[in-house]
Amino acid sequence: MQKFTTIISSAVLLVNENIDTDQIIPARFLKATNRDGFGVNLFRDWKFEKSGEVNKDFPLNNPIYSGSILVAGNNFGCGSSREHAAWALSDYGFKVIVSSYFADIFKGNALNNGLLPVQVSEVFLKNLFDGIKQNPKLEIVVNLETQIISIKNSSVSEIFEIDPYKKTCLINGYDDIDFLVASKNKIEVFEALYRL
Amino acid sequence: MTKTLFDKVWDSHVVDTIQNGPQVLYIDKHLIHEVTSPQAFKELEERGIPIMRPNQIVATTDHNTPTINQHLPIKDALSRNQIKQLKVNCKKNGITLYNLGHKYNGIVHVIAPELGITQPGMTIVCGDSHTSTHGAFGSIAFGIGTSQVAQVFASQCLLLTKPKSLRVTINGKLKNGVLPKDVILYIISKLGTNSGTGYFCEYAGEVFENMSMEGRMTICNMSIEMGARGGMIAPDQTTFEYIKGREFAPANDVFHERVNHWKTLRTDEGALFDKEYEFDAADIEPMLTYGTNPGMGIKISEKIPEDTNESAIKSLEYMGFQQGERLIDKPINYVFIGSCTNSRIEDFRIVADFIKGKQKAKNVTAWLVPGSKQVESQIIDEGLIDIFENAGFELRQPGCSACLAMNDDKIPSGEYCVSTSNRNFEGRQGQGSRTILASPLMAAATAVAGKIVDYTKHLN
Repeated sequence: MQKFTTIISSAVLLVNENIDTDQIIPARFLKATNRDGFGVNLFRDWKFEKSGEVNKDFPLNNPIYSGSILVAGNNFGCGSSREHAAWALSDYGFKVIVSSYFADIFKGNALNNGLLPVQVSEVFLKNLFDGIKQNPKLEIVVNLETQIISIKNSSVSEIFEIDPYKKTCLINGYDDIDFLVASKNKIEVFEALYRL
Repeated sequence: MTKTLFDKVWDSHVVDTIQNGPQVLYIDKHLIHEVTSPQAFKELEERGIPIMRPNQIVATTDHNTPTINQHLPIKDALSRNQIKQLKVNCKKNGITLYNLGHKYNGIVHVIAPELGITQPGMTIVCGDSHTSTHGAFGSIAFGIGTSQVAQVFASQCLLLTKPKSLRVTINGKLKNGVLPKDVILYIISKLGTNSGTGYFCEYAGEVFENMSMEGRMTICNMSIEMGARGGMIAPDQTTFEYIKGREFAPANDVFHERVNHWKTLRTDEGALFDKEYEFDAADIEPMLTYGTNPGMGIKISEKIPEDTNESAIKSLEYMGFQQGERLIDKPINYVFIGSCTNSRIEDFRIVADFIKGKQKAKNVTAWLVPGSKQVESQIIDEGLIDIFENAGFELRQPGCSACLAMNDDKIPSGEYCVSTSNRNFEGRQGQGSRTILASPLMAAATAVAGKIVDYTKHLN
């Protein structure tokens, strides 16, 4: 896994609430047997009209929005456990997702792929929405070390929570498999004593 | 110290606790299917890590499988390849696979309970969010991502922070015609789609105590739709009787010994939950969803609520509904009875009982998709198939089918489908399709009438 550093970027704005993983990557694109290439189908059915025409109103198609940060409405990533949603967002180029709430499984999947879910207050999210709407080039700074998200050159900032273990993993590029495989002896001792 | 059912099962599976960090949780059973496992197998292979406990893994094919002509090669090349890949991976690693054509094949959350693989007190995971289904037996069961599938392959464990606890209690007697599906849709409509995020939910009270195992599975299945990682119901005599005699259930003395232990898996008197909700069974009616998430549900007698929220407005636009209108009399052309929520034998018995002697409306395409080969056999053996055929319903072969638009079974764009599945997200059943979630009884009544009706008026 790639090491996570501070991200300074403009953002793409998606104000919808309850964005589910079926929208992030529809089921018909889950037939691959590797992790690559899902970005092209990210938000596929929102990016294109039923007729196949590009939906020009959709923020990801709007050239005024760019950057490696996605700012989205409450309860992002609900629904299916498909990790393909995190892979698609990463593959597209996002490094940070900001929302006021994340669904559990999506949050875990994102962290396992070096994609940082930053949970902020409703008030801060609204500040971001308003700020980006006014100025789509607005830069946002996400500092994992200090756990601070801020709007560059402004006093608008907020501290975000992250599990200390996961933070260490992201900063150093470790993943859970390394840790678990190293715990094998303890697991075998547990198994020997364990009775269902 | 008093403990909840969840505490008891969780605490007995903790291998290690990292200071200021997560715990190492031991996993008893790992269920896998073709969609979320190939990348995990590949990752382990690339890192040279063997699968630690292949005999604790059970595999099936369900998401991609066609529901007609299962004896023929799968037409879609990508689906065919994904299924072939699972077969190769299972063979290479010594994992039991109930592939298409096997007498135990079916939807992962239908086959594990019916084979007696799912048992009280276990920890069960699967790369599928509806793994919460298995909590109906008093097990801790939850969906995981593919990276976690790889972690369980490598270590039979997961690194997790213990979720908070939530209890939903419903006492009283359900009204005639109100099914378990209505109960869970009611709960989600009251609590919302993220009320359970960060929590494990226990369902308690007379309504769940009086419910069959099939009904309890329907309830726990949809726990994830209110954001909860899983749901649980304390095991009791109904649970033990369901498990007894099943293929992989313990037998004889071992069974009795296990039952004695399983009886201890109850929330202690006075144990505290982080959140508690209570509802009255008498308040629940047959339910329908009107929007694009499972929390957007109303009783059959209610109107679509007024809501000025931008997302709610967009949702109604997608569905083609207006605020303040009723769903009764809406014409419906598609009915789907199936999915890991409602494809067990009890569901088909209820449908058969209702449609016996009736005819499907001409405008309706009605698909009945059993959850497993065993359910399919029961439908045939019990003679339900004749009732379905005489009524003009189409009985298809087992699989996830029209729940998620990954195989050939899709609802056409713009069409409404009254569906017994679990998600009404935009395009969930096919691009542009509009899903109305409901119980098998509501689905059957819709198919007969060709429109949404209040069937409770016609029940004995």
